[in-house]
Amino acid sequence: MASLTELANPARFMRLSGILLPWLTGAAALLLAIGLYLVWFVAPADYQQGETIKIMYIHVPAAWLALMFYSMMALSALGVLVWRHPLADVAQQAAAPIGACFALICLLTGSFWGKPMWGTYWVWDARLTSMLVLFLLYLGVIALRRAIDEPSRAGRAVAILTLVGCVNIPIIKFSVDWWSTLHQPASVLRLGGPTIHASMLWPLVITALGFTLLALALHFAAMQAEIIRRRVRTLTIFEAERLDRLSLQAAQ
Amino acid sequence: MMDALGPHAGFILAAYLAAAVILLGLATTILLDRRAQRRALAALEERGVGRRGGSTS
Repeated sequence: MASLTELANPARFMRLSGILLPWLTGAAALLLAIGLYLVWFVAPADYQQGETIKIMYIHVPAAWLALMFYSMMALSALGVLVWRHPLADVAQQAAAPIGACFALICLLTGSFWGKPMWGTYWVWDARLTSMLVLFLLYLGVIALRRAIDEPSRAGRAVAILTLVGCVNIPIIKFSVDWWSTLHQPASVLRLGGPTIHASMLWPLVITALGFTLLALALHFAAMQAEIIRRRVRTLTIFEAERLDRLSLQAAQ
Repeated sequence: MMDALGPHAGFILAAYLAAAVILLGLATTILLDRRAQRRALAALEERGVGRRGGSTS
């Protein structure tokens, strides 16, 4: 645990992330370029869904990342509440807008896929509704953080809300198994292996990896911004206190 | 292009456009925020504001 705490030191994080960020960004760009080339020029149309299957290559990674970022926030929330580690709070704060964006992409692309395939943009089925709840949870976490001025109190409140919201993660994953839904069951991450053909699976895996690296690069950049913001806040407070003392001395 | 995408081309392009707009907006917001914070920190340090210099301890 000592080495983990040492690794999670903000100064060390700034150094490591500074080295990793260009590599992450480059790898993300390369994987996305290869993945999108495969999607648009190599992968076949689906025998039932035709070319609308192209929406899958952004819809599915967006769904995975929305779930992954919330799970990451839940782990960070434990770091905030149990170890009171400042970098865990920074990680949680930086992850929320990114997860919210991927949840929104998932909902929007799902609607654009649903209209031609199901005949409707939206149905209140368990998978779609639980995904909407995840998006609203992200917005709630962001709003709660902004509503509380004192950073450590805000961090603890957000951590508690995040952990409460965790109950939604298995509901999203297993909603298609537990209830009769219009949304199809899992076809990639399932016991027994993927059910989609390799010609579609590989472009999906490559784009998903590209989006994941992009999301991690954005998370690192957002964490760097947050660490610097907290440093600026601390220095501003010290400066204000120093000026107060000077004006008091001048008055005496 | 539109013909090759079949009768639902509009939905496919709208999905990709929405994802691109959201991700570009997110990346721009994060990078501009980081730049603003770096500038604010540089301005403070330029004025000689520092933890050791500014604190009583």
